[in-house]
Amino acid sequence: MNARFYRLAETDRTPIELLIDGKPIFALQGDTLLVALLSGSRHVRVSEFGDTTRAGFCLMGACQDCWVWTESGDRLRACSTQAESGMSLLTSQPEGSWISPV
Amino acid sequence: MDQPRVIVIGAGPSGVRCAQTLVAAGIRPTLIEEGRRDGGQIYRRQPESFTRSYQTLYGDTASRAQSLHSDFDALKSQIDYRPETLAWNIVDRTVYAVKSGLSTPLPFDALVVCAGATDRLMPIPGWDFAGTYSLGGAQIALKAQACSIGRQVVFMGTGPLLYLVAAQYVAAGATVVAVLDTSPFTLRVGALPKLLAQPAALAKGVGLVAALKRARVPLHSGVTLIEIAGTAQDGVQGVVFEDSKGVRHRVVCDAVGLGYHLRPETQLADLARCEFEFHADRRLWMPKVDGMGRSSVKGVYLAGDSARVLGADAAEASGRLAAFAVLQDQGRTVPADQVQATERTLTRIRRFQAGLNQAFPWPHAQAAALPDHAVVCRCENVTAGELRHVVHQMGAQEANRAKAFSRVGMGRCQGRYCGVAGAEIIAQASGVPVELVGRLRGQAPIKPMTIAVEDPA
Repeated sequence: MNARFYRLAETDRTPIELLIDGKPIFALQGDTLLVALLSGSRHVRVSEFGDTTRAGFCLMGACQDCWVWTESGDRLRACSTQAESGMSLLTSQPEGSWISPV
Repeated sequence: MDQPRVIVIGAGPSGVRCAQTLVAAGIRPTLIEEGRRDGGQIYRRQPESFTRSYQTLYGDTASRAQSLHSDFDALKSQIDYRPETLAWNIVDRTVYAVKSGLSTPLPFDALVVCAGATDRLMPIPGWDFAGTYSLGGAQIALKAQACSIGRQVVFMGTGPLLYLVAAQYVAAGATVVAVLDTSPFTLRVGALPKLLAQPAALAKGVGLVAALKRARVPLHSGVTLIEIAGTAQDGVQGVVFEDSKGVRHRVVCDAVGLGYHLRPETQLADLARCEFEFHADRRLWMPKVDGMGRSSVKGVYLAGDSARVLGADAAEASGRLAAFAVLQDQGRTVPADQVQATERTLTRIRRFQAGLNQAFPWPHAQAAALPDHAVVCRCENVTAGELRHVVHQMGAQEANRAKAFSRVGMGRCQGRYCGVAGAEIIAQASGVPVELVGRLRGQAPIKPMTIAVEDPA
């Protein structure tokens, strides 16, 4: 049992591959990043205010529980971002990314 | 005559019907939508690569969903449509909208806020474990992504969405191990006269419960929810509750969908400086609006669930009415028969919704009774005990003051999921009615955004 979300339908879509923390994962075209992550993992991150793992909460872009980062430090809400082939994402904030080069 | 600059925020049922009504009157509104696609949460459109039918996705509301989507598709070329854009601030009759890191000021003559609602949450020990989702979130996983939030799911809380989502999960082939309703069954009987204002909607609710029973899903009403059991590493492992007779049960599950009706998204109304009023029947603060959606601020209108949580049909009606109000205030004539018919529809829905509130009340005493170790703020793991501490030790009896001291309401969600229950905890701890605690003020930006935003102005 290494998944949190289970697919009930719509499994006949094109497979895509992306990198999470440098490791390849497989997802389907049309998945959100959250679904891509949680179909092969039990959580997205560990709370920065405690030791509990987190796996999103509202799925509608309101709670901000599911943030992930691009390698250049851009923050994304996994629940409302489409997974795309070749994406490379980090589940913790890359160091120094708050100073975004313009 | 110059056309008025009208901005509509939100492309759900109220925003789409509002924009459509404006276009029919010869106005080209700007429609700002935060999501990728139109439809809002209730009629959320699945990604283009998905193939499920309207019937599968929306059940008995399929024709309403289809009509909203197709009307919007026809409308797109006649409006200034801005998807994936966040309206993050309102100052001096200007909306600030950010897309892909670029913020644009959009001045308006009239603004219609159709920002929708989010789940109203009651904390429970363990709701911070991975695998707990809002009821709305659980529904989105299914509708927008064809996923279940777990192998064995418990749905709990109260309200019509509880039974709807549970029935949708069962119909889609997911395993629902229990539905736990904090409202006693007897309240539904008392609410019947009001619920009969919309016989079809009442029949639908009865049908949902019947479908769950046919699927042999254990249904408990009048429960007291004790805790979500689990581990820090692996998340949710079960739910502990007391049934209506006080007998304690433990259900094994790996996911929980939790919610208590909805709460309006009022941050934009706040930034537009609209006045609010306390609604004792729902124990919620909501912006003041007249029968057509005019707020206390001239030129600012509120419609759909962000004004009054009344559901999708009411959202369509109130979106139309707000457009008529805009047109009237711009000195145009509006079709009186259409206004009256829409108002009559809304009156029926209001009565039905009052019945739902009576049948499925917000169990505020459970917030007051939360144990000190329960996390109230999921964002920053602040407990009920810490919140009570700032009330008792620092005299913080007002919501924003308690937020400043305890950080409850200051985290990532900006108080969306802790604010309502937090106010109940403060009220109980300080011994004052909840309306005296006040409400968390909306702050710009209404959602976190990157600091690299450029402002060309």
